[in-house]
Amino acid sequence: MSEAVEPEIDVDALKEQGVDLKVAEKVAPERDSPVKVGEPLVQVENLTMKFGGLTALDKVTFDINRGEILGLIGPNGAGKTTCFNAMTGVYKPTSGTVKLEGKALNGLPQHKITRRGLARTFQNIRLFGEMTALENVVVGLDARHRTSVGGALLRLPTHVREEKSAIERGMALLEFVGIADHAQFLSRHLPYGYQRRLEIARALATDPKVLCLDEPAAGFNPAEKEELMALIRTIRDDGYTVLLIEHDMRLVMGVTDRIVVLEFGKKIADAVPKEIRENPKVISAYLGEPEDELA
Amino acid sequence: MSTTEGPTLIPDSAAAQAMADREAKGRRRRGWFPGLGDKWNALPRHIQWLWLMVVVVIAYLLPILNPPFITTEPGNNWQIALAQMSVYALVAVGLNVVVGYAGLLDLGYVAFFAVGSYTAAMFTSPDSPYLHIPYLWTLPLAMAITMFFGVLLGVPTLRLRGDYLAIVTLGFGEIVRILATIIPAMKGQVGFQNVGHPPGTDANGDPIFLNSNGTPWYWLTLTVIIIVLLLAGNLERSRVGRAWIAIREDEDAAEIMGVPTFKYKVWAFAIGASVGGLSGALFAGQVGFVNNQKFDIATSILFLAAVVLGGTGNKVGAILGGSLVAYIPLRFTSIAEFKYLIFGVALVLIMIFRSAGLLPARQRLLAYGRLAYNKLKEPPMSRRVQVTTDGGKEAGDE
Amino acid sequence: MISEAIPSLIHAVPMAVPMDDTWITFDVNSLAENFWSSTFDGLTFGAIYALVALGYTLVYGVLNLINFAHSEVFIVGCYGVFFTLSALNFGPSAPHLPFWAIVGNLLLALVVAVIASALTAVIVERVAYKPLRRRKAPRLAFLITAIGVSFAIQYLIYWWRGPSPEAALTMFRPTPIFDVFGTIVDSQQLVIIIAAVILMVATDQFIRRSKTGRGIRAVAQDPDTATLMGVNKEKIILTTFAIGGLLAGAAALFYVMKIPSGVQYNGGFILGVKAFAAAVLGGIGNVRGALLGGLLIGLIGNYGQVLLGSSQWTDVVAFVVLVLVLVVRPDGILGTSLGKSKA
Repeated sequence: MSEAVEPEIDVDALKEQGVDLKVAEKVAPERDSPVKVGEPLVQVENLTMKFGGLTALDKVTFDINRGEILGLIGPNGAGKTTCFNAMTGVYKPTSGTVKLEGKALNGLPQHKITRRGLARTFQNIRLFGEMTALENVVVGLDARHRTSVGGALLRLPTHVREEKSAIERGMALLEFVGIADHAQFLSRHLPYGYQRRLEIARALATDPKVLCLDEPAAGFNPAEKEELMALIRTIRDDGYTVLLIEHDMRLVMGVTDRIVVLEFGKKIADAVPKEIRENPKVISAYLGEPEDELA
Repeated sequence: MSTTEGPTLIPDSAAAQAMADREAKGRRRRGWFPGLGDKWNALPRHIQWLWLMVVVVIAYLLPILNPPFITTEPGNNWQIALAQMSVYALVAVGLNVVVGYAGLLDLGYVAFFAVGSYTAAMFTSPDSPYLHIPYLWTLPLAMAITMFFGVLLGVPTLRLRGDYLAIVTLGFGEIVRILATIIPAMKGQVGFQNVGHPPGTDANGDPIFLNSNGTPWYWLTLTVIIIVLLLAGNLERSRVGRAWIAIREDEDAAEIMGVPTFKYKVWAFAIGASVGGLSGALFAGQVGFVNNQKFDIATSILFLAAVVLGGTGNKVGAILGGSLVAYIPLRFTSIAEFKYLIFGVALVLIMIFRSAGLLPARQRLLAYGRLAYNKLKEPPMSRRVQVTTDGGKEAGDE
Repeated sequence: MISEAIPSLIHAVPMAVPMDDTWITFDVNSLAENFWSSTFDGLTFGAIYALVALGYTLVYGVLNLINFAHSEVFIVGCYGVFFTLSALNFGPSAPHLPFWAIVGNLLLALVVAVIASALTAVIVERVAYKPLRRRKAPRLAFLITAIGVSFAIQYLIYWWRGPSPEAALTMFRPTPIFDVFGTIVDSQQLVIIIAAVILMVATDQFIRRSKTGRGIRAVAQDPDTATLMGVNKEKIILTTFAIGGLLAGAAALFYVMKIPSGVQYNGGFILGVKAFAAAVLGGIGNVRGALLGGLLIGLIGNYGQVLLGSSQWTDVVAFVVLVLVLVVRPDGILGTSLGKSKA
């Protein structure tokens, strides 16, 4: 695109030269982390969440290592989404800590947690319906922007630069999740599968270190799930760390590097998929679980 | 990318067409001027500017043209009517930032209008014993003071759910009126006469800005409106505008996407308040007299009706709505007495039957969105040609 | 600031403030002297606020909506009282009627007011809010509609009855009943407080024990699940509005009893804001909270008025209390729980 300001995001030109450009470099060129690949990026320690008398999470402890796809599974009501919400600041945990790159996230407002590098999608899609797909993604990109009211009012150069690059990056992200040709549609008019992808794009736009996906395959048929698995792998290959909540075992087994299993708010297993499959505790937890998701 | 080659996620062209149709239909159903927005957006940029220039020139010529049928005479002086309409339009533009963009219901907007009026009056009227400054200085001063009040009121309430704001602002609107009555320094019903005006004299040595001559006040307010519109447009197509719309659409999701929602709500509230203060100061100057009788809650609801009537979230609609709310009672003097009833009923009817108002239009939220969307229609993407051509119009909607 | 920068532009710089020092006082002595009388008076007003606050709280609990039109539901009740009693030849001075005749007449007025208010509430619900619910309108639309309805009813009355208050109506001459700490409690205060408390206890028991009350709590807690469990949501909503209207009608009778010339097109408005403040103070959605909040707002307003030296301050004080409550404890004193959902 001719109005590109920063050379590293001149997507079309690079592609024409046959350069294989990963989305991470396009949308998040300044990513680095003190944590090395394979070391714990997120540390969840003794996370406990009580609602009145009900203990939804009981001293859950696990790590998310940089560069892995971690599955968080469990039967319905096991506390997956609660764990997720406690990690991302939706709930204030009763006790326990969540650390990102060794720094505690407790008590931070949600938008600051996102800016630290923990982004999420929603189980029940929550896009900004009156915005176009591209605008939705740009809202995510804004988390990394610095202009505020003053800069926007006076159209300062920083603002202009950020606006232009936001469009480039936003389009690159939409292209990455495969819906670039629908950038101009209002998100509430997009088909269901597109909305799910747009959610992922919007979360990626915040330039997260860890991308948390909350049942991204809900309502998908097997073929769509295959595509989603491919997309998740691509995201990881781009250098993102992924936390995946799912109760569809096949999808989780197929894509994750490691799995944490919750049951009744407690962690009952933490191992590679192959071991999880043979773990008697996990098997008994899932016994009686309807098989419809495995179809 | 690899994932786009999948069999099912991409709807086929028929489905995409259906979606485009649905979107177009949804758009058509809104608004009393179907297709106008589409046609407008399909025009090239320079043609749009040309049309805008024509509209602006006509707007400036209105007091001189005094068009028959439209004019409010003989019932009301047309120039003064225009001045009042322009003040209402400015009010609506300001309130639209709060209600239309950020989705915050401010029912005490008249309080900011009142604070602005009193600022102008107390710093310029000979009835006031305080420091006197030139009238034009009171405009920024009124903005600063109302912005301060906006922050003062916004900070405690904006952390809470949106509907508490409605009741707090409603109470605040009434409190300002009561305080104007009981605080002696604000002179209650006696009020302040001879509020100042901008400098300048005509050939005869008379001041240009007279209370009896609406034309210069109208021109002044119109100029202010144009400046405010340009600035509001800048905000709309920026991170700030996107944050506001995101908050309106889904506040929790916005927060999780990294939008500091509280900060931007306070900004919306403060910016809205300052425009309210500015319009109050202009109003005080034009009328020349300020007392506690002009700022009741009913006026606040009229302001809200102006925004809703024009089309919540649309700044051009706000101007239309604001002008209409001022214009209708002035033009049709026989129904002027019932204006509150009429606009109250209108408010309910619009909400029930046509929530988008007279001029429904979506905000443009990307400063360079046109470029991006236009680019989309250039390469005909194999089987989705239809979508992209239709999508071109959609991009225009941007 | 400006004077330093551009001294030549200033016309005049007299800074004398003409302080008429009677507009605000901080008269602790006055409060101490009038403490008990303002307490009883405050409780009387508080009882009325509490009855109106119940209407806000119930609707808020069920629909999560500030029903701005509730103040007009209340004022319609006031007009019901006014017309009934006018027809029964009540006037500015207390009537010369036997005790039971007065009681009978007041009960008739109460019935008319209750019916008028409840009917208004139900009509507002059906005409204004239900269409919005049906098309799943955003919250903002509900709020705007609510304020629009409030405004429309207000000015409908204005159009019909004009701007000035209706002629005063005295229901009976307040007679001293007993005195506490040297302050006389009169029959009027006693009637209002006792009747209001009875009504509120009845409402509380109704919500807690009856089948409909269970339905209301269920819808407040989770409308969708309640619907799945066989609760007729629409019917419950309508009932809730009706109960709120009923209580507002009762409040209307006591209000006219307390303020004989208070029947005016916009007479409900400020009272509505105060009643809502009472509901928030007690914990919105909480039936007992409405009672507590109402009494507190009544007391605080009255103390403030005596302390600051003008009746105008009552409204200002009530508003400041509302803002402070929202800052310090947005869930109110007793917490927000019509459905007892948040444990």
